Amino acid sequence: MKFRIIFLQTLLVCFVLCSLALGQDLSSFEKRTTVKKLANGLTVIICERPEAPVFSFFTHVDVGSVQDPMDRTGLAHMFEHMAFKGTDTIGTRDYPDEKVALAKVETAYAAYIAERDKPVDRDEAKLKQLEQSWKDAIAAADKFSAPYNNEFGKIVESEGGEGMNAFTDYDETAYHYSFPVNRLELWAYLESERFLHPVMRQFYKERNVVIEERRMRVDSNPVGRLLEQFTEEAFAAHPYHRPTIGWISDLNSFSATDAQNFFDKYYVPSNMVVTVVGDVKASEAMPIVEKYFSRIPARPRPDTATTVEPPQNSERTVVLHEQSQPLYLEGYHRPDYRSADDQVYDAIADLMSNGRTSRLYRALVRDKQIASDSAGFTGLPGTKYPQLFAFYAFPIPGHTTQEVGNAIHSEIDRLKKEDISDEELKMIKTRAKANLIRSLGSNEGLASDLSLYQARYDDWRELFRSVDRIEKVTKADIRRVANKTFTADNRTVGIIEFAPPTGGPPGAGAAPQGGGQ
Amino acid sequence: MKRAHLFFALIVYTGAIILFGAGAQLWAQTQSTSQQPWEQIPIPKLPSFHPAQPKRFVLPNGMVIFLQEDHELPTIDGTARIRGGERSVPADKTGLTDIYGEVWRTGGTKAQTGDQLDDFLEQRAAKVETGGGGDSTTVSWSCLKDDFDDVFRVFDDVLRNPEFRAEKIEIAQKGMYDAISRRNDDPGEITGREAAKLVYGANNPYARVPEYKTVAAVMRQDLVEWHGKYVHPNNIILGVVGDFDSAKMEAKLREAFASWPKGPAASNPEIKPDPAKAGYYEVDKTDINQSHIQMVALGITRKNPDYFATSVFNEAFGGGFSSRMFGDIRTTKGLAYAVGGGIGSGWDHPGMLRLTVSTKSATTIESIQALDEEIADLGKRPINDEEIKRAKDSILNSFVFRFDSPEKVLQEKMAYEFYGYPLDFLENFQKGIEGVTKEDVARVAAKYLHRDQMAVLVVGNVKEFDKPLSSLGAVTKLDITIPAPQPGLMPGQGEQR
Repeated sequence: MKFRIIFLQTLLVCFVLCSLALGQDLSSFEKRTTVKKLANGLTVIICERPEAPVFSFFTHVDVGSVQDPMDRTGLAHMFEHMAFKGTDTIGTRDYPDEKVALAKVETAYAAYIAERDKPVDRDEAKLKQLEQSWKDAIAAADKFSAPYNNEFGKIVESEGGEGMNAFTDYDETAYHYSFPVNRLELWAYLESERFLHPVMRQFYKERNVVIEERRMRVDSNPVGRLLEQFTEEAFAAHPYHRPTIGWISDLNSFSATDAQNFFDKYYVPSNMVVTVVGDVKASEAMPIVEKYFSRIPARPRPDTATTVEPPQNSERTVVLHEQSQPLYLEGYHRPDYRSADDQVYDAIADLMSNGRTSRLYRALVRDKQIASDSAGFTGLPGTKYPQLFAFYAFPIPGHTTQEVGNAIHSEIDRLKKEDISDEELKMIKTRAKANLIRSLGSNEGLASDLSLYQARYDDWRELFRSVDRIEKVTKADIRRVANKTFTADNRTVGIIEFAPPTGGPPGAGAAPQGGGQ
Repeated sequence: MKRAHLFFALIVYTGAIILFGAGAQLWAQTQSTSQQPWEQIPIPKLPSFHPAQPKRFVLPNGMVIFLQEDHELPTIDGTARIRGGERSVPADKTGLTDIYGEVWRTGGTKAQTGDQLDDFLEQRAAKVETGGGGDSTTVSWSCLKDDFDDVFRVFDDVLRNPEFRAEKIEIAQKGMYDAISRRNDDPGEITGREAAKLVYGANNPYARVPEYKTVAAVMRQDLVEWHGKYVHPNNIILGVVGDFDSAKMEAKLREAFASWPKGPAASNPEIKPDPAKAGYYEVDKTDINQSHIQMVALGITRKNPDYFATSVFNEAFGGGFSSRMFGDIRTTKGLAYAVGGGIGSGWDHPGMLRLTVSTKSATTIESIQALDEEIADLGKRPINDEEIKRAKDSILNSFVFRFDSPEKVLQEKMAYEFYGYPLDFLENFQKGIEGVTKEDVARVAAKYLHRDQMAVLVVGNVKEFDKPLSSLGAVTKLDITIPAPQPGLMPGQGEQR
């Protein structure tokens, strides 16, 4: 029975591979995709996709939390929030006067911080008075902007903007939304204006908003707490060890001046790729985009050298004792996205994790029945620099993190000792092609992918070529890379173990796992 | 250069927002007399756009089929939605459709095991998946078009000949036990669950949750019976989208399903909400530093004529960046990252009215009072012309995104069919919004937002609050302890971990 199925599968897979015709997809995209590097260094991509009278854009800025200054963690993300605060024309009653008022806020804040952070001889009465002066200065500045709160967002939303948001990760910062296509010029104005004349208004209130974001995603979330500790442990030297959201003392210290300086240094046109996808014609749209984005003055590209993470040479473990159920996570250092083995790692992730045929599902969930979910993935915490290939499992009640860790290791050993099957290798390659095809069907997804690949490889076509490279991955590659990467000395383990709450009233935390005490 | 899923998502910081409502123009009404630079940019008329409508036909046995051609990519996807869902499950088997929705597929068919199906489909990068929901269950597939015949055969086999093999029921149950054991780990999950109980009643089908006991009570026979009771062509709406020719597809589907006999029609259960009394409800969670606050009450259905006015109200009051709640509580006061809400609507039963804010423990009471102020302010300072215009512009100008892909058009139509709405509901929605006046908005705000009838739920670290919650009124402490499983249900049970 088994043979027949495999035979049938083999036949059909061959058919699929022959029928996908990816080359055509690339050439079709080449015909409708236009790239232009403006005189100031900014790259514009326009991809024509006339499915409906709308477009999406994705502004990719090649700066992430890795570029946060040492004692200013969280600044990249903080600036991203500030990019929604308007400009010298959007969101102000009277910019010249507001500018003066904002400068006073900075002066007052600097005086307050200087006193606050005095190692000795801090004058508490003076500190209180300086804090009050700072708050008074904020109130004075707010008079210029408060009637126009969130004006940038209001314009976008009322004009029909859809999905307005942004994100910051370790590697990059990105801004995106979609508009009806008759708003292309309005968009080009708004999006360029935002990076031409940003104003750091209402900075210290927004800082509190960001601190709430930290509380939500990290402090009050056990998995968030684990990831922060785990990542810090796995990277000793490279800035990947610092949280993108920022350490609380930095969040309570950095200033609007710091954010402005960060913007001035990193938001230079040559660091930016702006992609528009939708019902637009490049011949008409490009001049409009160029007209507005060319206003951003050219500036030198910043030095982005970072410390290279040295070989780990030691197994590291972090264990969190939490009022929540157990979780097992482990990560192994691997090279960055430009590595010749990049697609080998993708292939391993797919084999181990994708669907119910994946090795980890079959071993831990289906056969051993010790986990509710288990997978391996690459790109923790980012992809631009040498990073981690990670595995995780959620043990089901009655089973331990050690059991699921051991089971993951058994599967890793199999990868090292035995070639994967022909069927598995074909499945990985078929899926890579099918996934690419499916990713081409939305403006938002395309805008994001084209921007990212253009930024990383200086050529959006790499989006298609990466699938060609996965086609070349061999069984020997997978064994070689597994043996090279998945070693004990290259491993960091992160575990959440259940610990009953102490102090608080019963019933507040989680019931002990398995119950029945 | 694959980006990490799941965990990656946790370490990406979204700038902007967690949107609770829909999203909201201002400048035309601002006092400034001179035109702003962005107002001078011409906005040409949006090209007229008539998205392709799916072809609808009904088989003699009652199955409703929608075919939506989309030739952009070489794929064909389909979903069969079957009437009958968790709300029709007896309380002592709560969770039945979760198990059914998993084992329907993993348990395989009479001819092939689920594992064999996995191998067969994954080799084609194809999916056939099943799922359970509140009012329906689904079987769907996605495949490259050249694999359609193979994959459709699997879909059809799963739809009609499932086997629900026992070993897969056990795996599904273990997964459910795991989810139950983890349900108090995340404060957001606790808040959502407990808020629904306050609005609908703790044992109401719209709020109750699976327990070890109710999951353990689900037997293979229950799944077989469920299938026998509900999966009949006259209970099914099938939608297909992708790169096919509608005439040929119609012929194929007629051939496949014509001989399938009708069965008993599914009926919707009568469910009466049993809201908790107004007041304060507290869950103490000692391992967090942020309080999740929700003010909740019953919302409306979309069939309610007030639906359009509440949509405009929601946009202006608690929707996106432009809303009052966002502007006051987040931007001006800096109290929260996540803030928003509105009068929620359901298709066939009332949704939840919900106002939500998450804030540090030490500003819990302050934030509840800030929400109180927003509600009280509506009486003194009703949503004004400028806010109304902005909200309506936002809804109307982004209207095109409701149908900017053939798949979205199909999904809308399938929902209307399922819930018995006119198939032109979306077209009428636009007219409905256009007709909303300031008076309508004030009227619905007064009609549905009664602060004194709301339950206020706080999940937080009580000892760190700025003031006791009881300083605002009588507090009911909610016990969220997870009832222990019966002895012998799980390995390692009874051992201290």
